[in-house]
Amino acid sequence: MAHSPSETVNRRDFIYIMSATVSAAGAAVAAWPLIDQMNPSAAAQALSSTEVDLSAIQPGQIVTVTWRKQPVFIRRRTEKEIAEAHEGDTASDLKDPQPDAQRVFKPEWLVLVGICTHLGCVPSSQVRGDYDGWFCPCHGSHYDTSGRIRKGPAPKNLAVPNYEFVSDTKIVIGEGKTPAETSKEHTA
Amino acid sequence: MSGGHSTYTPTNGFTKWLDSRLPLIRVMNDNVTNFPTPKNLNYWYTFGAILTFCLAVQLVTGIVLAMHYVASADKAFASIEYIMRDVNYGWLIRYVHMNGASMFFLAVYVHMFRGLYYGSYKAPREILWILGVIIYFLMMATAFLGYTLPWGQMSFWGATVITNFFSAFDQVIPGLGSGVLEWLRGDFAVDDAAVKRFFALHYLLPFVIAGVVFLHIWALHVPGNNNPTGIDVKGPQDTVPFHPYYTVKDGFATAIFMMLFAVFVFYAPNYLGHPDNYVEANPLVTPAHIVPEWYFLPFYAILRAVPDKLTGVLLMFGAIGVLFFVPWLDWSKVRSASYRPVFRQFFVLFVIACLALGWAGAQPAEGAALLIAQVGTFYYFIFFIFIMPVVGLWETPRKLPESIAKAVLAKNGHAAVQPAQ
Repeated sequence: MAHSPSETVNRRDFIYIMSATVSAAGAAVAAWPLIDQMNPSAAAQALSSTEVDLSAIQPGQIVTVTWRKQPVFIRRRTEKEIAEAHEGDTASDLKDPQPDAQRVFKPEWLVLVGICTHLGCVPSSQVRGDYDGWFCPCHGSHYDTSGRIRKGPAPKNLAVPNYEFVSDTKIVIGEGKTPAETSKEHTA
Repeated sequence: MSGGHSTYTPTNGFTKWLDSRLPLIRVMNDNVTNFPTPKNLNYWYTFGAILTFCLAVQLVTGIVLAMHYVASADKAFASIEYIMRDVNYGWLIRYVHMNGASMFFLAVYVHMFRGLYYGSYKAPREILWILGVIIYFLMMATAFLGYTLPWGQMSFWGATVITNFFSAFDQVIPGLGSGVLEWLRGDFAVDDAAVKRFFALHYLLPFVIAGVVFLHIWALHVPGNNNPTGIDVKGPQDTVPFHPYYTVKDGFATAIFMMLFAVFVFYAPNYLGHPDNYVEANPLVTPAHIVPEWYFLPFYAILRAVPDKLTGVLLMFGAIGVLFFVPWLDWSKVRSASYRPVFRQFFVLFVIACLALGWAGAQPAEGAALLIAQVGTFYYFIFFIFIMPVVGLWETPRKLPESIAKAVLAKNGHAAVQPAQ
């Protein structure tokens, strides 16, 4: 199909371009369902909220519940732990600085996704590390009493899920907003 | 396939009829039976055949295990116990498959170090080497996927940690890593969706490996084998037919290898595994010390050698990625390290660095182990990106033999006499 240089755009060029475009679009459209089927299914999405009764949790205790098949830590912090978290707000070793006030709705109750932000292990609630929070045994990350990364390879703080208090002693994880979103709205 | 002319002549009516329709016997004759092979290949060159044997073992035992295994987060662990206790010879087939993975990697590491030592990646064998690296990468993927299937604690947490590598890309574009992570897992955590897709892919990939092995052998048969002298075959006096010379040599080496394999299967079937994998997966409790299978330990050490997550992940993938460029990183004209006194010493150090990384990968990442991992990681990369190109520029190689035939005869002390053929 050699074209002499003098030839301009002709019908055949149009056919090539159109057929290539339609083929590429068709391939993309056909590939998408095959790619998207890998994403979480409706059944997995349906498990996206968990209700927790807080009344049995004692001060100083950490309880692990599951939300979306992942561990969530609920910690009823003591006065000392809350004070430590506030001290941490201005610490120089924060990798992912965030004040404690943006990580809780009520200082007494700390709710965190219990997954180390390094490679996804569950940090230990028994061995609390150098900052009295959590210690991840896999690769040695230390979190403080606000769940912030202070030492070790993890790049981010333990995530705070969106949740809401439906009564004084009951929360629903996966509903409502995160504390950070709420505090932004208040300041805005 | 060999590119040369065919040495096959059909002798009877049937083979003549077949040869003009599907020249199967001709292809076998030219590529196996009468394939001209350098006459000086040593035992390090038997690992290609040993690897073919390993792939066959994994395919046969794997297909059998798939007839009994249940890919489900609820039932996988119990189905492994069912295979071990109730299925006739299930224990044997599973132990062969489990240890077969280790034997496969043992053989591939010997095969790769041999290729590096004798310069088998240099022109005209670059594609051959790259296909080998692709096979190695596919083997790693297959082994990882297979290790998750028993749904023990190490399976689960190995899958969690390794899929989490991709979350490092959140450091590049926020949300990208987490999106990829959910896509890979099909859920917010490793669970039923993951075990099902991992099983499907674990079943698929060995056949992809078999396909790439075909290309690998094809690419081998165009230039023919490299050999311990690294010099080219100059004529028929340098070669012997593959059969019976190398079928026997490969067969003998494979038999010795099978004995080692049998020692593991029958006397230490769990020696290379981890006891935590006989505890069912628990998404709420991470084992105190997560280690991968031994054949991934050097890469695990590289991952943990640097404190930054994204850098660690990139270095780990880079350690495999750099292998693709090896044919263009070595600027020496001489192939075989036997004739390269300086490179040879750096090569020995490289083997030591890989072993040291393997040791460090099994230890908690602190103190001396962390230091050794860092030094090992440094040397691993420096070897490829600096030593390999630069040494060839100033090193004086030893004098190469005139031909393979002369080298063989000199070695055996009859330089003048041709042995009777």
